[in-house]
Amino acid sequence: MLKIPYYPGCTLSTVAKEFDTSAKDSAIKMGFEIEDLPQWNCCGATFPLTPDNIMGLTAPAKVLAGAEKAGDTLTTLCSVCYNVLKRTNRVLKDDKEKLSTVNEFMEEEYAGGVEVTHYLEVLRDQIGFTKVTEAVSRPLKGVKTAAYYGCMLLRPFEDMGIDRAEAPTIMEDLLKALGATPVFFPDRVECCGAHLAMDKPDIVSKLSGNVIDSAAREGAEIIVTSCPLCQYNLENTQAESGSALPIVYFTQILGLALGQDEKTLGFEKNKFSPLALLRYKELL
Amino acid sequence: MKIKLSKSDIDGALVTQISKVSGEDFKQCYQCGNCSGGCPVSYAMDIPPSQIIRFLQLGRFELVMEANSMWVCVGCLQCYSRCPKGVSAANILEAARQLSLRKGTDHERIEDLPVSFLKTAPQQAIVCGFRKFVS
Repeated sequence: MLKIPYYPGCTLSTVAKEFDTSAKDSAIKMGFEIEDLPQWNCCGATFPLTPDNIMGLTAPAKVLAGAEKAGDTLTTLCSVCYNVLKRTNRVLKDDKEKLSTVNEFMEEEYAGGVEVTHYLEVLRDQIGFTKVTEAVSRPLKGVKTAAYYGCMLLRPFEDMGIDRAEAPTIMEDLLKALGATPVFFPDRVECCGAHLAMDKPDIVSKLSGNVIDSAAREGAEIIVTSCPLCQYNLENTQAESGSALPIVYFTQILGLALGQDEKTLGFEKNKFSPLALLRYKELL
Repeated sequence: MKIKLSKSDIDGALVTQISKVSGEDFKQCYQCGNCSGGCPVSYAMDIPPSQIIRFLQLGRFELVMEANSMWVCVGCLQCYSRCPKGVSAANILEAARQLSLRKGTDHERIEDLPVSFLKTAPQQAIVCGFRKFVS
């Protein structure tokens, strides 16, 4: 079975465990395995936007050095980890002087031999969405699903390159492969407010509220995301506003379509469970 | 607003420093305003991104450093994504933040944060917030 080295990151090891386990279980159903790096540390949760901040590159560089021992690719799920690791990797590959400076701060050396890919890219480019469809045993027929991308999965385009920054389709293509009805909504690449949840919750309520309203106006019955912070901000905002769209990780509904027992998918952790909707649609 | 332009301000040490730290050339910007239009948080900024760049072009470093804009910018890169000239206002505001934090003054203190946030938030929010707001 194809084994791909995988970086879980802090949040997926704790508060977003259901994102991690549903992705791992789904992978096996599709004939591959994602395998935790034997040792890893936090990626730093933000890519330093100032090019002189080399210290900010050391944590993700350490992850990449560890990944290099495991193989030549590294996959991840959290949009922020993906952004930080992929952007750092590009800087270190393009700038040998920075690579050598960063290496001086680490016990291990990174040679620049790893490609960082998102789990969605693995499904699209390595497995293929047609193969994904073949593995589906519970098509999500008639479930109007809105894919919320946010920022970190897509931007900046020339570094991330997973899809078009303003008009991505990778998640909608996956949703189609699962038999669901993708809902394109205007705010799907807008920001949720991210870490401003820490000290400016009013901004987060406004931004996340815009995203939810935008999806709801287009008839979405469920929102999927690949970022634990987007998920947190959207759920919290909704808890205040009174609407009740389930906001889940894309791997949770992937697992559902692949026939996993819903009890293993972590929906009990969602403030707005999709189970009632799924029963109504006669999928459970 | 009437402002007096002086070459020594425009090419001043502080403006040059923020350009160096951010890696951005302010003079590339021709003030189309796409960044401020696309910015999801410009409504909450004292000075929106395009005007931040304009003030730096005019050498008014101190106005940029006094505004709340750098602490409101979330770094979503929508400004950069939509800039026809490839200028990143987010990088410039991060440089402003860095210049402030590198003096050793913190913008946030952990004891001021709500316990409910610390208990429930994904770690990434806390780590990211501290890297953006604490020296």
